[in-house]
Amino acid sequence: MVSERSGADILIEALTDLGVEVVFGYPGGAVLPVYDALFKQNHIRHILVRQEGGAVHAAEGYARSTGKPGVVLVTSGPGATNSVTGIADALMDSIPIVVITGQVPTALIGSDAFQECDTIGITRHCTKHNYLVKDPARLGAVVHEAFHIATSGRPGPVVIDLPKDVQIATAAYRKPGADLLHKGYKPQVKPDPTLIETAVEMIAAAERPVFYTGGGIINAGPAASQFLRELARLTGAPVTSTLMGLGAFPASSPQWLGMLGMHGTYEANMAMNRADLIVALGARFDDRVTGRLDAFSPKSKKIHVDIDRSSVNKTVAVDLPVIGDVGRAMEAMIRLWKARQLPRQDLAPWFRDITAWRERESLAFPDSTTEIMPQLAIRRLWEATHARRPIISTEVGQHQMWAAQHFGFEDPNKWLTSGGLGTMGYGLPAAIGAQVGNPNALVIDIAGEASILMNIQEMSTAAQHRLPVKVFILNNQYMGMVRQWQDLTYGGRYSESYTEALPDFVKLAEAYGWTGLRIEKPRELDDGIAAMLAADGPVMVDCRVAKLANCFPMIPSGAAHTEMLLQANEVSGEMDDAAKALV
Amino acid sequence: MHIKAEDAERHTLSVLVDNEAGILARIAGMFSARGYNIGSLTVAEVTEDEAVSRITIVTEGPPEMIDQIISQLDRLVPVHKVTDLTALGPHVERELALVKVSGTGDTRIEALRLAEVYRARVVDATISSFVFEVTGGSEKIDKFLELMRELGLIEVARTGVAAIARGNEAA
Repeated sequence: MVSERSGADILIEALTDLGVEVVFGYPGGAVLPVYDALFKQNHIRHILVRQEGGAVHAAEGYARSTGKPGVVLVTSGPGATNSVTGIADALMDSIPIVVITGQVPTALIGSDAFQECDTIGITRHCTKHNYLVKDPARLGAVVHEAFHIATSGRPGPVVIDLPKDVQIATAAYRKPGADLLHKGYKPQVKPDPTLIETAVEMIAAAERPVFYTGGGIINAGPAASQFLRELARLTGAPVTSTLMGLGAFPASSPQWLGMLGMHGTYEANMAMNRADLIVALGARFDDRVTGRLDAFSPKSKKIHVDIDRSSVNKTVAVDLPVIGDVGRAMEAMIRLWKARQLPRQDLAPWFRDITAWRERESLAFPDSTTEIMPQLAIRRLWEATHARRPIISTEVGQHQMWAAQHFGFEDPNKWLTSGGLGTMGYGLPAAIGAQVGNPNALVIDIAGEASILMNIQEMSTAAQHRLPVKVFILNNQYMGMVRQWQDLTYGGRYSESYTEALPDFVKLAEAYGWTGLRIEKPRELDDGIAAMLAADGPVMVDCRVAKLANCFPMIPSGAAHTEMLLQANEVSGEMDDAAKALV
Repeated sequence: MHIKAEDAERHTLSVLVDNEAGILARIAGMFSARGYNIGSLTVAEVTEDEAVSRITIVTEGPPEMIDQIISQLDRLVPVHKVTDLTALGPHVERELALVKVSGTGDTRIEALRLAEVYRARVVDATISSFVFEVTGGSEKIDKFLELMRELGLIEVARTGVAAIARGNEAA
């Protein structure tokens, strides 16, 4: 006879059984029984955030940097609705998180009770799955299944909505076996071996192959990044990556082309355009990657390895879809390649083309002795920190693209950014979550002055939990990417993209008990970065950069890979309506 | 600038799902969120233990979109199986309609005569009206309604399509 306990205790016990060490959250009326159960135990650490949205991004940062699922605990109503942006963000970027929301008691559901909202309805289409638990006897099985769903197949966010009376009512809890509540949930992990064989033959036959890799490789675990390196070594093919996949392949490799897509390098995009074979590995042909679809990689055969069938043929028709875990697929390709001792094509002519494109130096930027160029600031930051293998998070905008372009990543799980949803305000809470999961790591949020203000309250979280995150703000006083698009598309009419009345970030840092630093001149840059790294505890750096610098290279929305703008003087002032309608 | 429409095909999809709260909203919401069209949708429990429901969806779109719809349905956690009956080939589609027609004299007699041709049953009658129950494929019902419209159609209730593969095996 298993003794009965409250739903709140069952929840904590199930989380403990699942190995959860940290929960990011914020208490409130409908979740008080769970907070009381948390108070009485010692296994799970709770990180109190300052707004629920911060908790979700922190859980994302924790998950992305540790490979473990992130867990969030919030109350009903506004607690749940504040979490929605982070949940949608985790869905777009396939981040495994479990969000537990309090709910009004079951008898009050639907009565417009205080702090009631239809959490299940609101989150239904921005979660991988969600549950309303009305019976404490089911709670244990739901929690275990939620973690399984969040972390298996294509990872994603799962919401468990827990009415207050279910947190108090009692039931027996037994650690469930492998049986799922949903018998139909069986993600295809193992790729079809005949397709792997065809894929390997296609790679061996290709004269101009490119590996186009994405966030799926990071999600597939550190082993997948090693398989990618091995596969690249065996085949000799060049490698490019999406924003989300940075770090899976070392930026120092001669086979590395840099990021592709809208702000990718000239060589990566030209290679995609001229390739005879594209091997997409855990990438989803996002519009930021493909540019104009009818001009995307027109001469290539395409292999697409993805664990999510719905990613295949969604925007780009492929010749060989391989459904399964990308790590397993690469492992199988490596084994087959070695067993067959396949001769590969002479890729020297292909690399000669690539070298010629590289010589365009598409990431070059103008020098300045009076202003700090933002690209230079990132390069200096890289030089000062790369030996420590830092974890870098970003907000969203120009600074994010400059970080992706100029900060060379060597390892997976070191790059935390909001790729799919593009959520400003992601970087600081994500850095906090990463620092919680990696207490000894150097964690830096490369931020813009506009984005950082979107979750600025989380400075208080870092202070409370003594998390020594560094926030490096590239401050140009504009919403730079908005202004850049206004330059390119709207004749330089800067509608609402200038930020009046910015706070004094140094004083702000001090107000929160952080160290605040300001860097204003190029000659102060290295010392400023050194001071940031030398300071104990959290540091905010207000790095004043060139105000009107724009992020290049750039493929304008709806243009082909071959139509890259390399420098600002190629920018046209106004676009037609069809171009304006594109995102 | 104008927005272009693409050529569409009509497909009947049969979806087996866990019978749980919110499943219909999950399916219907996926269609609206991704801009897919639902022509008709029927749902009912189909197993003895009431654990599994069959949802029959009639949708329209270009072939790539139909493929996407199937993949998107398939990745919903409570979905067991998605079958494209149109692509599969031989299958039976049926729908039931209740059709209220009002009229007197010749039009009333003509309505009753046509109902016989369409094997519609009279399930309610007053001196000046009938309610017909008619089953069949959607086209047959469309045609019957077209005729009744000329004879005094008052209102219609349709079930939407239920469909199943032919032969001795589950699709």
